[in-house]
Amino acid sequence: MEKVLTKNIRPDLSYVDVQAYESSGGYEGLRKALAMAPGAVTEEVKKSNLRGRGGAGFPTGMKWTFVPMGPDAPSPKYLVANADEMEPGTFKDRLLMEGDPHQLVEGLIVAAYAIQASTAYIFIRGEYFLSEERLRRAIAEAEEKHYLGKNILGSGYNLEMVVHMSGGRYMCGEETGLLNALEGKRANPRTKPPFPQVSGLFGKPTIVQNVETLSNLPHILRNGIEWFKSLSLSVDAGTKIYGVSGKVKRPGLWELPMGTTVREILEEHAGGMQDGLKFRGLLPGGASTDFLVEEHLDVKMDFTEVQKAGSRLGTGTMIVLDDRTCPVGMVRNLEHFFAQESCGWCTPCWSGLSWAEKALEAIEEGKGNAVDLDHLEYICKLCAPGNTFCALAPGAVEPLQSALKYFRADFERHVADKRCPWNHQA
Amino acid sequence: MAKVKVYVDNRPFEVADDQNMLRTCLQLGFDLPYFCWHPALGSVGACRQCAVKQYRDADDKRGRIVMACMTPAAEGLRVSVHDPEVVAFRAGIIEGLMESHPHDCPVCDEGGECHLQDMTVMTGHNYRRYRFNKRTFRNQDLGPLVNHEMNRCIQCYRCVRYYREYAGGNDLEEFVLRNLVYFGRHQDGVLENEFAGNLVEICPTGVFTDKTLKKHYTRKWDLQFSPSVCVHCGVGCNTSPGERYGVLRRVVNRYHGDVNGYFLCDRGRFGYEFVNGDRRVREPLVRRDSPGEKLEPVSKSAALERLRGILDGAKILGIGSPRASLEANFALRAWVGPERFHAGVGDGENWLTGAMLGALRDGKARSPSLHDVELSDAALVLGEDVTQTAPRLALALRQSVRWRGFELADRFKIPRWLDHAVREIAQDSRSPLYIATPNSTKLDDVATETFRAAPGDLARLGFAVAHALDPESPEPPALSDAMRSLAGRIAEALKNAQRPLVVSGPGLCSEGVVQAAVNVAWALCRSGKPAGLSFTTLECNTFGLGLMEARPLSESLSVLKQGLADTVVVLENDLYARAPKEFVDELFAAAKHVIVLDSLLNRTGEKAEVVLPAATFAECEGTLVSSEGRAQRFFQTFVPAGDIQASWRWIRGLMIATGRREAAAWEGIDDVVRTAAETLPALAGAAKAAPEAAFRAAGAKIPREPHRYSGRTAVHANIDVSEPQPPGDRESALAFSMEGFPDQPPSALTPFFWSPGWNSIQAVNKFQEEIAGPLRGGDPGTRLIEPGTNGHKGYWGAAPAAFQPKSDTWQMVPLYHIFGSEELSQIAPAIAELIPKPYVALGEQGAAQLGLKEGDEVEVKVNGWARRVAVRVRADLPSGVAGLPAQLPGMDYVALPAWGSIVKAG
Amino acid sequence: MLSAEERQEIEAEFAHYPNKEAVCIDAMKIVQRRRGWVSDESLRDIAALLGMSADQLDSVATFYNLIYRKPVGRNVILVCDSVSCWITGYDRLRERLMSVLGIKMGETTPDGRFTLLPIVCLGACDHAPVMMVNNDLHHDVDPGKVEAVLDRYK
Ligand SMILES: Cc1cc2nc3c(=O)[nH]c(=O)nc-3n(C[C@H](O)[C@H](O)[C@H](O)COP(=O)(O)O)c2cc1C
Ligand code: SF4
Ligand code: FES
Repeated sequence: MEKVLTKNIRPDLSYVDVQAYESSGGYEGLRKALAMAPGAVTEEVKKSNLRGRGGAGFPTGMKWTFVPMGPDAPSPKYLVANADEMEPGTFKDRLLMEGDPHQLVEGLIVAAYAIQASTAYIFIRGEYFLSEERLRRAIAEAEEKHYLGKNILGSGYNLEMVVHMSGGRYMCGEETGLLNALEGKRANPRTKPPFPQVSGLFGKPTIVQNVETLSNLPHILRNGIEWFKSLSLSVDAGTKIYGVSGKVKRPGLWELPMGTTVREILEEHAGGMQDGLKFRGLLPGGASTDFLVEEHLDVKMDFTEVQKAGSRLGTGTMIVLDDRTCPVGMVRNLEHFFAQESCGWCTPCWSGLSWAEKALEAIEEGKGNAVDLDHLEYICKLCAPGNTFCALAPGAVEPLQSALKYFRADFERHVADKRCPWNHQA
Repeated sequence: MAKVKVYVDNRPFEVADDQNMLRTCLQLGFDLPYFCWHPALGSVGACRQCAVKQYRDADDKRGRIVMACMTPAAEGLRVSVHDPEVVAFRAGIIEGLMESHPHDCPVCDEGGECHLQDMTVMTGHNYRRYRFNKRTFRNQDLGPLVNHEMNRCIQCYRCVRYYREYAGGNDLEEFVLRNLVYFGRHQDGVLENEFAGNLVEICPTGVFTDKTLKKHYTRKWDLQFSPSVCVHCGVGCNTSPGERYGVLRRVVNRYHGDVNGYFLCDRGRFGYEFVNGDRRVREPLVRRDSPGEKLEPVSKSAALERLRGILDGAKILGIGSPRASLEANFALRAWVGPERFHAGVGDGENWLTGAMLGALRDGKARSPSLHDVELSDAALVLGEDVTQTAPRLALALRQSVRWRGFELADRFKIPRWLDHAVREIAQDSRSPLYIATPNSTKLDDVATETFRAAPGDLARLGFAVAHALDPESPEPPALSDAMRSLAGRIAEALKNAQRPLVVSGPGLCSEGVVQAAVNVAWALCRSGKPAGLSFTTLECNTFGLGLMEARPLSESLSVLKQGLADTVVVLENDLYARAPKEFVDELFAAAKHVIVLDSLLNRTGEKAEVVLPAATFAECEGTLVSSEGRAQRFFQTFVPAGDIQASWRWIRGLMIATGRREAAAWEGIDDVVRTAAETLPALAGAAKAAPEAAFRAAGAKIPREPHRYSGRTAVHANIDVSEPQPPGDRESALAFSMEGFPDQPPSALTPFFWSPGWNSIQAVNKFQEEIAGPLRGGDPGTRLIEPGTNGHKGYWGAAPAAFQPKSDTWQMVPLYHIFGSEELSQIAPAIAELIPKPYVALGEQGAAQLGLKEGDEVEVKVNGWARRVAVRVRADLPSGVAGLPAQLPGMDYVALPAWGSIVKAG
Repeated sequence: MLSAEERQEIEAEFAHYPNKEAVCIDAMKIVQRRRGWVSDESLRDIAALLGMSADQLDSVATFYNLIYRKPVGRNVILVCDSVSCWITGYDRLRERLMSVLGIKMGETTPDGRFTLLPIVCLGACDHAPVMMVNNDLHHDVDPGKVEAVLDRYK
């Protein structure tokens, strides 16, 4: 199968400079875009069926159409690359930034041109030092080559690109929390509507896009929408970077056609479970997705099919649960994360998740009771979508609610035996 | 705004389309619980308490949970408040909010008037399931006014939203995240914002409470209240003071749609303790024969006996007071006659008061209410440091700059109540606000431009603005290019506004400044703009006194010297704060007798032969005329012990005793007001400020006490086990009782806000015609001052010449302090802690020139007045100008602005 | 007092944002890079430079986990405690680090050499368990061999 996003990435992850990038067709997509009207670029992306790779899967081109265009539009406008990647179990954007930074830079310029943004920020996780270094280097090279800066490639279009390192919080990845963080504020989420496309960064029209999403753009522009659709095995176009972590034989990342099945990824690419371990379930796309279990192994990993199976594609990076790992302990670890990262703005989240964490802790330590189990179910309902201010809490309860469904017996055994049957702590 | 039809639990309602569904439901009478929303703060959707079910259409039976506060009222919208699922959800939210709440209601000052209690009962959450450890916090010392108890916090974010976003404070923030958000300061310390006291009411539970109340704590249900008006500046905020056992225990805001809305300033909230203080005159004081003797307390009859002796054949001169009621001033005026009735303020201020009143009545510019100020979309503040002299006005001006943001939000169809969305799109765009004062002010952070200059130059700027608006208005001579262009920008901003506003006042005691402000407002009016002209007044009844056409204070001395009078009656006034010491000393020396009526013993009282104990605002009725020109009635909160009574009652008694039978007709306050209105047509409206004493609601009086007022029968049990008759009240339709009309009285007679299920101050929702709008039946008070219709009066004449700094003397200007520059509040202990020590302020350049640094001792001399004070170096003062704090306790009066010298103390 | 260098580096950031406040997180990180943490004094200095109050800046500072408002050791060890690392042996790694260093999570060794902190998923889940020491990511950490890793940091 054709590698698109990862074709330049070297096995030793060494830096791919601008010449190397150009020699594989790099910045051709940008040249094509600049020859088009901004609206035509948006139209092209819309028709490509590219959907956001940050977790929510929103159609990318459609998002751009909400940005006010034309001479009366507010200015400046902003584009932001969401490179915060803090979803537990997710490690794909880092690969793209370290392995082929120019691809992201080019994608950003294309998107910025389409919405006529004057500044593009790359909001990077604070711990991603290598990504920072490589992107700064790539930006400098791109500026030298007039892909960035004033009058890009003689088109009259200007763009400044700025690397911004995060202060560190999961909420910085939520697109409006990210905007607050970029403004030097606490990364609380913002009210939607108004959507950032209308009033975003510094009150101006803004598009936030995931690194992987943006990295697709040069290729769509260069090779066309039919090609892009043909890469996929499903209705959702393109390739996808899938990943597997947990106790499998070969944890890792693979660029595969969108719609590759869970089984193929798990068994062929990740090599199946480590010897002596059995598969019990997995979170298909990061920590904030519902568990899938044995019966779901033939589900196609795309936005539509995973949803039908009761979960979400999310980031497409799976976390595998084996039979020697305590599901209650795993969920406790996850809820600890979510409770810790709750921004503290809305009640169901800051109070519900801390309660959930404490109840799980009690159960795991053999001090739980049946009421705790009921209350966990209740917290899942309390934090349902719409009940909270942002998507953190609904995401947080996805693994919890599905664990209570698929691994109920394990929870009950903890309560009945007054101890963890796996005794993970010991 | 248009009307739309919405359905709440399948009942159709016609409602406004520019509101959210929480406000709409509350307005329709539904008891929908909420925390993070507040009518003055808008919606942010944080607490998730106000959830309702929303349905797509009549066939949708499942619906989905939405937050009412975030849902616009739109045509055909269907919601349910009572759907069982959403009812359970709301109970769950309270349960979550209360996870770490200490459940310490019995020892919590908020208990009994706690929004959290009310909402908890409303949602039916009554059993605690959370069984894990609670989080605990350390509390901070936030200064003498506000108490901090963080464990009670429910993370609704109202405090910081109010403090930071509404009041402009930057020293109260939220820290950390998740369930550990801490609301406080970066370090312990006094809250710096002048409106911090409102946290007490904004906080829905007991995190922020009134520290002064704590010292003499009483539950809301055990307080006796009255509808009252703040006496600590001229704005006229409505208050609700509460008393028990003869001690005034606190003051809270009494909502007024046109004036103070939901908020008071800290001087107004915490100044009340002067009423309980040891400086009170509680019984008549009389000086034995020779002047050297001390004042001694005597019985009322002994005092009257003495007074009869003094007054027999005396020729009396009266000195009125800007802090005494209309009734007290009028009674004195009636007693001594208009010719002998002198203003109890310095001549300069008296002249300015006349000029301000004249301008408001003769011109076309209207004095705006605070609500109007909030609605103005461009403002010029000329010469007045409003945060210090009329604080609540500053808070209103701070809101006015939001119009530009609202316009932006409108353009993107963001509803104005969607608070954070509006602020995000607005960013730093604000409506024009220009501030021209000698010193920097606490409103500068939202000003478009500020201008620092000596009073004369401020006047020149004003004249230049007026001239730029209308060439007929005189141009100041020799205008600099810089000032001309600034004036041009200001004129442009005012001209482009829909509702421009000019704010000025007597603070600098500068004729030129007031005249310039008038010219700007009139020039705007001439160009067809509905300009507002807002003058501050330094005291609660400055305009009331002004309307009595009193003679200047300085004339009183010549009246005495000419032998036209021999006895001086001073009404509620410390003349040493009004005029130079030499003058007052001479005045008292020239008088055969000095009689003082006051609630406090001050320097003037010390000189009197007889001092009669006057009632404070909490102990009698009276009418005050605010700087808006609004006559408002305050009502007695409690019956004071002993002989304390309203000044007008003392005067009435003395008049009757000396054969002035006409005073006998003043049986109650209504009679005094009526006579005043007949005598002085300008006061005609005052009689309508509140219902008369004969008013009855459904045949009953209005109780001052909540109906759970407890232990009445035991209150005096240590003295007498039989329950005493509650005091009667002949002055008003209110009763000193918990019995009486059980429902909502007329707004002017509402002592406190309470409604079944709503024990906190947020019960006010139930008293408003529309939420955040006027009170039912209209907001209290009547405007006495309206623009004349006799057209344009002609501009004030020449502007002063440009200010020239001098090398060895300084132009001294008064600098005001919210805590300190007012006679009554300055002796309230909590406020006294915050009063600065006397000082002289110098610009950096001036300090350098004199070789002085912060804290150096200097001798300041101004026209014979001299004092040693410490130097404060302030970067903001213009060169050649120095500042002296106005009216600080212990500082003698000095007429400013004036030239003075500063010499390093040797 | 901020050093001239710190001040310059902070001011250089101003060019990239429409207002100074937006630079505040960067500014704290710039100072922290040199001093290890953001003291109350630094906080006040940075706030003054950006036209914010110390309270406002502290509100932001305390939200983020990479801004240290307490002193840390010369080297900061961040051990990933998120799910993939937890599955593959975070507990053992943590115990090992605590016993080698003789401190608990959140503490600093008495010689000021190391501070041990938990961190959320470091985005290297295919090489779990992972930890970071200063700016270096360490993959597939064998709890038995942490001493060799730590030896490199003085
Ligand atoms: C709590 C939370 C954390 C998120 N973190 C990330 C993230 O680290 N990276 C990311 O791309 N999207 C993240 N998202 C999704 C973003 O909000 C947003 O949908 C995405 O950046 C849009 O880009 P896309 O359309 O290209 O996927 C997060 C969402 C939530 C609710
Ligand atoms: S769900 Fe609420 S508390 Fe949780 S992160 Fe989102 S806004 Fe913050
Ligand atoms: S009042 Fe509606 S969410 Fe708080």
